[in-house]
Amino acid sequence: MTVAVLPHERGPSSFDVELPAYNGPLDLLLTLIRDEKVDIYDIPVARIAQQFLARIRHLPLDEAADYLEMAARLLRIKAQMLLPRNDQDDLWEDPRAELVRRLLEYQQVREVVDHLDTMAESRRGRFARAYLPESGPPPAPPLALSLVELMSAVDRVLRVTRQPTLHEVVPRSLDVPGAIETVRGALLLRARLRWRDVVVPGAEPWQVLSVLLALLELAKLGELKLAQPQPFADVEISRDAAGEAA
Amino acid sequence: MTPLAKLLEAALFASARPIPTDELSTLDSEASPEAVRAALEEIKATLDDGGHGVELVELGDGWQLLTRPEYTEAIERAQLALRPQRLSGASLETLAIIAYRQPIGRAEIEEIRGVAVGSVLKALVERGLIDIVGRAEGLGRPLLYGTTSLFLEHFALRHLGELPRADELAVALRPLIRVVEDEAEELPLGDAATAAAD
Repeated sequence: MTVAVLPHERGPSSFDVELPAYNGPLDLLLTLIRDEKVDIYDIPVARIAQQFLARIRHLPLDEAADYLEMAARLLRIKAQMLLPRNDQDDLWEDPRAELVRRLLEYQQVREVVDHLDTMAESRRGRFARAYLPESGPPPAPPLALSLVELMSAVDRVLRVTRQPTLHEVVPRSLDVPGAIETVRGALLLRARLRWRDVVVPGAEPWQVLSVLLALLELAKLGELKLAQPQPFADVEISRDAAGEAA
Repeated sequence: MTPLAKLLEAALFASARPIPTDELSTLDSEASPEAVRAALEEIKATLDDGGHGVELVELGDGWQLLTRPEYTEAIERAQLALRPQRLSGASLETLAIIAYRQPIGRAEIEEIRGVAVGSVLKALVERGLIDIVGRAEGLGRPLLYGTTSLFLEHFALRHLGELPRADELAVALRPLIRVVEDEAEELPLGDAATAAAD
């Protein structure tokens, strides 16, 4: 029995890609059967195996595994064919049967592929409208502030308050409930307020903070809505109609 | 054309994807499905008889306006639209097997094609032509693949039943085509696998 030189025994420098592209070992086998004009139901395994090995010799390595598996299968069938057998033995099964079944099945797939290819080509030759609806406005980019902007914002808030005298410690706790009452009262009179309306000029820091916490608390309760159209703009306070109804 | 036909034509023009018939029906709550179908036939006839550059085609799960094939080359030459990339032989083989045998696992496809198909499957899923439709019961619960509506669109098919039937193929063997009509039926896996264990 001849032992063929398998691809991996050749150096990596001998990679050769001039081989016509096969879609796998079954494709190669079918090509051989067609080229050699042999009957698919009576394949001369020895000859076909020889041809198969000759052709895969030049395959690039990453494809070789699938072909090597088929080469081994062919050699095994070839060996099984050489075993002596009794012609009267009804139980003898042609060792090629499984391979023939797979080849026919694969040939069927190839035929379907021809159909699909024709259909895809016909569809490919016609254009549809390329318009795709836009997916809404992009979300606002995250707030990017420099340290200077942040500091000047703090400065603006504190400028409203009276300049605190540093040596005088005033232990005064926040009055959030009181501020809540003030804001509620103001909202009863007017549906929309501005930050400047609820923080009187010259307010103490504790008063400013109380109002801020009161606003946040009321917003959480759903009694009002807070909005700031752009960074550092005056905060707009409005009655929350939905919250009121609830 | 009837007002309904004009309305449908406008909707078909505005859409970038095929519109199913029942979706077209929602455009006019008073139109019956029969009226919608008649209006579609009317648009089709108008475009065909009037010598228009576009035609109305039923494909995928709906209707779509497409340019006529004779203008494709000129449009592509002017780079106004590009044809989608052609599928490789390996992709078509894999798609053919999935189309007829779905839901089907990777091992069974590899058994039929005789090569590893992992990367081909991945590429086809990325292109949206196939999708994972479940897991098999067997060892390792392998993923099962099936074709998508984009697959039908790609091949201008209305449904899988339009694929050639087993008895229409030159090589009629065991039913590679497990009659596509009863798609709903849960298909048992592994008959190829047992056949392969020689």
